[in-house]
Amino acid sequence: MVFEVFRQERKGQPFQHAGSVTAPDGTFAEIYAREQYARRQESVALWLVPRDAVSEIDEFPDEFEMKYRRVDGYSIKARLHEARERAGTLDMAPGAANE
Amino acid sequence: MVDTRTQEFLEYVQSDGQVETGDWMPDEYRARLIKFIEMHGNSELMGVLPERDWILRAPTLQRKLALTAKIQDEVGHAQLIYRVVEDLGKPRSACLDDLVSGKSKFHNVFHYPTKTWGDVGVIAWLVDAAAIVSQKALLKCSYAPYARIMKKICWEESFHILHGRDVILTLVTGTEEQFALVQEALDRWWAPLMQFHGNQIPAEEDPMFVWRIKSQANEEARQQFLDGYVPQIRELGLSIPDPALRKDEETGTWLYTEPDWDDLRSVVTGHGPASAERLAFRRLSREDVAWVERVVLAEAA
Repeated sequence: MVFEVFRQERKGQPFQHAGSVTAPDGTFAEIYAREQYARRQESVALWLVPRDAVSEIDEFPDEFEMKYRRVDGYSIKARLHEARERAGTLDMAPGAANE
Repeated sequence: MVDTRTQEFLEYVQSDGQVETGDWMPDEYRARLIKFIEMHGNSELMGVLPERDWILRAPTLQRKLALTAKIQDEVGHAQLIYRVVEDLGKPRSACLDDLVSGKSKFHNVFHYPTKTWGDVGVIAWLVDAAAIVSQKALLKCSYAPYARIMKKICWEESFHILHGRDVILTLVTGTEEQFALVQEALDRWWAPLMQFHGNQIPAEEDPMFVWRIKSQANEEARQQFLDGYVPQIRELGLSIPDPALRKDEETGTWLYTEPDWDDLRSVVTGHGPASAERLAFRRLSREDVAWVERVVLAEAA
């Protein structure tokens, strides 16, 4: 069996994929993962997941062009320029119109 | 003739694209990956044998422990690397079979005997330094699972260089006999070290570069090694056994006596001074521990 190994480097940090081990069962996988991914105290915790239990999604079609959900869906710069031009505040440093 | 899909794949990897295990890949790419990564795994596994000979003879308890830990690291690297090969389609048992039968290769530097404790220091310092130059370049390998484990491997290798340097510094600051041990070891290892990164094939003609399995030319790796380590060797008062070795200040490249490439070919095909003995040992230990595998698998079934 192949087990995917995720390791956490310090408390509070995300678990990151480190590699995998082959083992006949979970107990051996635990021993191998300890030896291969934590023997120099480089990890504070490990997650072992049987490869079959991992489902991967790697296609994210955007049929409806939902750009309003993304940063690139907004063009602030051009419109801000237009607004400042209209207000006559182009010479001022941005955000300086306090008075 | 390259088909469109392969052509697109080539363009993808050549513009720094990375490939995952489940992605489509041309057969030639897969075959080259397996061969290259398998040889790396073999080298890690065979590389512990010259050092193993010195566990019992290491001068102090501290050195014995450090050497044992280094050996465990290298075997660990072999495990990680064979795992990558397995996902590409070749089981670890097949890799080990091909290794002991002499069908697959391992790096030239592991075909030589370790005559003295000086050799152990030179291996841990300079052979590991040469290896880390190649391995750092593999951090950019187009095959992502290999590039990822290389991070852990490079981290541990830099640790080994530290250990090697410490051994060397102890010897060169010791008695005259100790200093001589290092000089003699350097004299023995210089030729294999200069052969280590391979012939001067230009990057564009090297299929390993074309597929971006390697990210630099052989010569580039050797130049990096020389740049980093010649000054470090010389500052200890050691002399490098190549009268032609010097840096051309105008071009910034190192000039050296042409390494003996026929010798390299003969060594890596199993005709080095310690090749037969090392393979015989590996074969024996594989037979010796076969019962463990049988018991474990039966237990788990």
